[in-house]
Amino acid sequence: MGPPVRAFKLLALLPLSLLLAGCEMVVMNPSGDIAVRQRDLILVSTALMLLIIIPVIALTLLFAWRYRASNKEAKYDPDWHHSTSLEVVIWAAPLVIIIALGAITWVSTHLLDPYRPLERLDANRAIPENVKPLEVQAVALDWKWLFFYPEYGVATVNELAAPVDRPITFKLTSSTVMNSFYVPALAGMIYAMPGMETKLHAVINKAGDYEGFSANYSGAGFSNMRFRFHGLDDAGFDAWIAKAKEANATLDRAGYTELEQPSIADPVKRWSAVEDGLYDAVLNRCVDRAKMCVKDMMAADKRGGGGREGVNNVIAFEQTRPDGTTAKKRFVSAVSCTTDAPRDGLTVEAPLPAPLGRRADASSTTAVAFARAEDTSERPSARSPE
Amino acid sequence: MTPAPTSESVLFGKLTFAALPFHEPILIATFAAVAIGGVGVLGAMTYYRVWGVLWRDWLTSIDHKKIGIMYVVLGLIMLLRGFADAVMMRIQQAIAHGGAEGYLPPHHYDQIFTAHGVIMIFFVAMPLVTGLMNYVVPLQIGARDVAFPFLNNFSFWMTAGGAILVMASLFIGEFAATGWLAYPPLSGIHASPGVGVDYYIWALQIAGVGTLLSGVNLVATIVKMRAPGMTMMRMPVFTWTALCTNVLIVAAFPVLTAVLALLSLDRYVGTAFFTNDFGGSAMMYVNLIWIWGHPEVYILILPAFGIFSEVVSTYCGKRLFGYASMVYATVVITILSYLVWLHHFFTMGSGASVNSFFGITTMIISIPTGAKIFNWLFTMYRGRIRFDVPMLWTISFMVTFVIGGMTGVLLAVPPADFVLHNSLFLIAHFHNVIIGGVLFGLFAGITYWFPKAFGFKLDPFWGKVSFWCWTIGFYIAFMPLYVLGLMGVTRRMSKFEDPSLQIWFVIAALGAALIAAGIAAFLWQLFVSFQKRESLLDVTGDPWDGRTLEWSTSSPPPAYNFAFTPVVHDLDAWHDMKKRGYVRPTEGFIPIHMPKNTWAGIVLAGISVVCGFALVWHIWWLVAASFALLLATVILHTFNYARDFHIPASEVIETERARTRLLASAKA
Repeated sequence: MGPPVRAFKLLALLPLSLLLAGCEMVVMNPSGDIAVRQRDLILVSTALMLLIIIPVIALTLLFAWRYRASNKEAKYDPDWHHSTSLEVVIWAAPLVIIIALGAITWVSTHLLDPYRPLERLDANRAIPENVKPLEVQAVALDWKWLFFYPEYGVATVNELAAPVDRPITFKLTSSTVMNSFYVPALAGMIYAMPGMETKLHAVINKAGDYEGFSANYSGAGFSNMRFRFHGLDDAGFDAWIAKAKEANATLDRAGYTELEQPSIADPVKRWSAVEDGLYDAVLNRCVDRAKMCVKDMMAADKRGGGGREGVNNVIAFEQTRPDGTTAKKRFVSAVSCTTDAPRDGLTVEAPLPAPLGRRADASSTTAVAFARAEDTSERPSARSPE
Repeated sequence: MTPAPTSESVLFGKLTFAALPFHEPILIATFAAVAIGGVGVLGAMTYYRVWGVLWRDWLTSIDHKKIGIMYVVLGLIMLLRGFADAVMMRIQQAIAHGGAEGYLPPHHYDQIFTAHGVIMIFFVAMPLVTGLMNYVVPLQIGARDVAFPFLNNFSFWMTAGGAILVMASLFIGEFAATGWLAYPPLSGIHASPGVGVDYYIWALQIAGVGTLLSGVNLVATIVKMRAPGMTMMRMPVFTWTALCTNVLIVAAFPVLTAVLALLSLDRYVGTAFFTNDFGGSAMMYVNLIWIWGHPEVYILILPAFGIFSEVVSTYCGKRLFGYASMVYATVVITILSYLVWLHHFFTMGSGASVNSFFGITTMIISIPTGAKIFNWLFTMYRGRIRFDVPMLWTISFMVTFVIGGMTGVLLAVPPADFVLHNSLFLIAHFHNVIIGGVLFGLFAGITYWFPKAFGFKLDPFWGKVSFWCWTIGFYIAFMPLYVLGLMGVTRRMSKFEDPSLQIWFVIAALGAALIAAGIAAFLWQLFVSFQKRESLLDVTGDPWDGRTLEWSTSSPPPAYNFAFTPVVHDLDAWHDMKKRGYVRPTEGFIPIHMPKNTWAGIVLAGISVVCGFALVWHIWWLVAASFALLLATVILHTFNYARDFHIPASEVIETERARTRLLASAKA
């Protein structure tokens, strides 16, 4: 650790700083208020910790040098192994830092909770009274992103846009596996998980063309699971919506089922209209009308479940996998809770004999148990009931 | 791209010729190299007639020292495999930019990063840590072996069996392409229909049995078999950390076993614990696996902390500063490690209060950890520091680890984690603590205890070459990853669109090359040291002026470790004995009661591997047959009453006389 080493380190820093100046650290230089505040938090936390880290590193190198065996001038005290005051200091110093950091954590975690509606546009501007948040419903598919704009009735694949300085409310789910929705310039990430809904509130403050992607590995097409996020002025956003309206196509359940099939590096697609309730059906895993919706299943379970009769609702069918093989896929049939007829060609698997005695009036019990969950509080969520 | 066969044959299950990777040139070349090398080694072993010796003295040995060495050998072999995976990833990421696809298709690349993680944690770090604990703990507490010597042998072979199953997946079928924790639904039967996840499950289940039993064994050993006078608060710090680590193992590994059992039920019999349909919850898996996974991190790092404590105290020629607070810090970390698991998935939408709770508990762990760093620091203060290789590793650790600790606490702040989670910043962080903490500690430990195990020191020159290559290589390989994380680059990507990222990946690849040189220097160091063993000889058994009991016996120690069980009067028992003018007894030896070698461990593990392989490939008759054979063998082994013997007094006398002569010649 002698002077030549130190000189070498300084020399090594020179090209490093040039490189750092040349690269764009989006996390350190974002364009949305939430991401800016998250960046600030990184800086504050790092500064707090450096208060203790830098002295430790310096002391390590200093002691290593000063108490080297060849330095006979340094004091050698082989039996010195305890000092109450010093021990108090070495426990208290990290404690103080952590108390400060813990307080910051508690406050910032609540303020920057992705579920918390925004309270400001940025450090200097509150949200104008007449502005309603833009709602975007995002679905992670294998391996592309589908975005619904319920306010405008349009949908897109692999392209997202929002007007500058208008709060955005994302609702996210996934069709098969876990993904994570992340636009570094806009805000921190949130997972998109099948059968569950997560939320994210954010706002973009600068117009621009930003990168978005899945930040959780999701299989073979993961590296291509990227999209552009356009921060646009109001006119630009209207034009973008108009462009989607020009597509003159409706995304319905059949179209979604086709879209849902695994594919890699899909080009941008647009739909001018979306079938009613499609996102809700995706979230509840019942785009196929033969399947019972998760929220109905949860409602039934909440009322005590379907008992053994519930087994009668299991439907089995042959599913073709991406690799061409087939497998038997099973799901709970919607037969007891939907007016739509089950799909043709499906068989109810292994019907059990009617239960003995216990439920003489089985059909009516089942009907009660599977009563439809109309209220939205039954909606599945990654977050436990609040 | 192994196509899953559409039907299963009765005789071979899902196994067909298509499972052999004839279409993967990289694998064919690897297989050819392994096959030629393997045949060469086996041929040489036959030629030099070492099979008998190997079987009698090593494979069936219940001597904790030999088992410890075998664990370390297993860990080092698997390090080469895991590191080869790392190099392949670094090359792929260095070239696949701006439209270039690189040389690995996603399906292959995804298996590589999964295998890298699984192998490095389960089959490199764990065997190395367990190996050192196995070797050192009984010697440090003045015991002749562990509490359950046969169980120890069995544990090792189960760990090795898991490793064999992972290696088999390289050439027969495929490995999981799910990431090292195999989150469902991705690891479920619909998203991963191949055998990869099954290899993952059964390799970890088999190895997990070994790890759990080894944990039970070492806890019992430390609690029950300490030399007279060694109270808990006189135990060497390494033994303390080993105790805490093994308590963690005993408490955490059953959770892993259970969660993998649930996953295999989902995959094999169609249950719905973690499925999307039928009310399953994938988040339950994520919670359970991290309830094991976070303590696992401390299972690895605590023994490393113990090693650094021994090394600092020895090479500073000074009693460890703040022994009591070091012990309390270790125990506090042990307990807290169970209260932080959710910080691995802040971004899954838990509430702000839940996230803050787990963020703050995580930060609290840095308090005892910080206290430990200060304790080492003040042990150096007013010491006489000898910069032997283990001490170099320790100083490098202290500098490197605090940086990793700092980025770790940063990631524990939930809103900061929202922008850094799953990014290369996270990758840089945990390599920062696992390489800079666990691996540096293991290298320090291996260098420190090598003369004890083999009777000669490791060549310091090549040790220093290895040390500098690793240290500098680590910074060059992982500092760019911190930068890339801040540029918003996520992990597990096989190609990149933005060409401005490439330079950082190229730098990281150069760092990996330097680390490769460090590994090569380490292996070369082993070879050179063996060549020069006469000049590196340790005749005293105490080459570093050590302070704990393992240095009081010969190097290598006799099979019985201590002719007389030492009596402990103070912390740093051997230092205390030397100070008080301890005279080594030269007469009055009596026969020593010792456990006997047994074939049962290796045979049981071998049958388990066959059973695991059959389960992976759905060869049901073989599953049933091997499981029945497993039970039969266990029952047969219970009838083996010839489990112990006495080393005759004459042999003890002879061994101890030889040592007396050696010590006299060293003095002369």
